[in-house]
Amino acid sequence: MAAAEAYITGVGQSAVGAGQTRHPLLLTLDATREALDEAGLTIAQIDGVSTYPGRAQGYLGFSPVGADELIDALGIRATWYAGGSEISSQLGAVVAAAAAVRAGLARHVLCFRTVYEAAALARPEEYPPLRRERVDGQAQWFAPFNATSPANWTAQYAMRHVKRYGLTREQLAQIALTARANAMLNPRALVRQPLTMDEYLAGRMISTPLCVYDCDRFTDASTVLIVSAGAALDEVRCQPVRIAAMAGTVERHSWDQAEWMASYPTGRDLWKRTDYRVEDVDTVQLYDGFSFFVLTWLEALGFCDVGSGGRFVEGGKRIARDGELPLNTFGGQIGAGRLHGFGFAHEAVVQLRGRAGERQIGGDPRVAVCTSGGGPLATALLLARD
Amino acid sequence: MKKVEAMTVSRALPRLDADNRSFWTGGKDGQLRLMQCQDCRTFIHPPRPVCRSCLSERVESVAVAGTGVVDTFTVNHQKWHKAMEVPYVIARVALDGAPGVFLTTNIVGCPVDSVDVGDRVRVKFEQQDDVFLPLFEKIG
Ligand SMILES: [Zn+2]
Repeated sequence: MAAAEAYITGVGQSAVGAGQTRHPLLLTLDATREALDEAGLTIAQIDGVSTYPGRAQGYLGFSPVGADELIDALGIRATWYAGGSEISSQLGAVVAAAAAVRAGLARHVLCFRTVYEAAALARPEEYPPLRRERVDGQAQWFAPFNATSPANWTAQYAMRHVKRYGLTREQLAQIALTARANAMLNPRALVRQPLTMDEYLAGRMISTPLCVYDCDRFTDASTVLIVSAGAALDEVRCQPVRIAAMAGTVERHSWDQAEWMASYPTGRDLWKRTDYRVEDVDTVQLYDGFSFFVLTWLEALGFCDVGSGGRFVEGGKRIARDGELPLNTFGGQIGAGRLHGFGFAHEAVVQLRGRAGERQIGGDPRVAVCTSGGGPLATALLLARD
Repeated sequence: MKKVEAMTVSRALPRLDADNRSFWTGGKDGQLRLMQCQDCRTFIHPPRPVCRSCLSERVESVAVAGTGVVDTFTVNHQKWHKAMEVPYVIARVALDGAPGVFLTTNIVGCPVDSVDVGDRVRVKFEQQDDVFLPLFEKIG
């Protein structure tokens, strides 16, 4: 273990559901307790907190708990903390934490992502959305054209793959089919019914070429990842997983002015910062807020050429749990629920430790890639049990 | 397939400010206006008071042709709120004479299933309140 490195130690997760009534701060506490317990740490040993995007005042379901609020609520003595949306997507909070522990600003950073979107939608009187007379900032370029959903923005990138590279619905379907099959083996997954190709192809269109099965679903849950300094690993009881490389790039923070999604430069950057190679990767946990993101990540990370993501996943065998590159083994966000980025790092750690139970992949996995985002914001982490 | 009539659509409107006013009100004079660097000719969108290519502050609002090409598109079928009429076409239009600038917009005045990548389009402003929204129609 190298003192100058950063490791993910404890990981934890609350119950995952839609329409939960447990307070979002308490869901965060549930995930924190599980992560502390696994790491063999106490809350008194946590000296840093990192989250994305911080408390979202205008849309509380998206992010009901802020870093400073959690610090205060749990009595954390933080020597370093960060929380905000202007970072390279959800797992950017882990990148920040890793940089902090490597710089000696903290020893054990509690990284969290709490979502309450289903509950907030169901109980608007408790979680009222902030309504504005007019839109500004990024929203002004989309809202006037009723292009307000990320489904619309992502669909347009997906349509380019359809037109330029011949992406078919049958190919794209493999992401959702794989996710739903894997979710069957995850006791915490939100959706635990199988999905067939026929059901997929008959799925209601949301925004062409994306149908309802290509989209994740609003979820209430909290996920915690503890990032620890290499020099503090003697305090930890669990098998640490090293953050072997990190990347998070933005060309233009925009859903329509960038030629391509931020996943592409991010994927390329990741391999510049490690001696590991694409061939060393045992499993990938790739952001699937919409299924299409996964294809861009596979291309971006060099598992296949740009434009050939559809052919790479065709038939589904290669990305199945027992295939050559097991993908989203917990069900992804499409199957396990919209944990919003953190679920991918959580699962990568669980798989690398061999603690995934019924859904554990074979072959003693040692190296995993997990990602978040993929539109204008993207983060990739290479995790290794070495 | 149903024709999308622009005026039936309820739309969120932008809050006008010093940076965006010329873009959102150019339609009053029938002009699609973008910010352009007067030193290196880079178009700057979203509008900002500095050029992203050369950091020049000589950035001015200029009229562009108002025509372009559908770079990509999607047909939205989901009713995101109750008042919404679906389906409709959302497109990203690459503007003639303004390399690197794309507008997210709606293609109106044609069947939703007739839009394709590469279609030539022309701006058609729709006024709501003090805002002139640049929608696009297919040419020919
Ligand atoms: Zn310039």
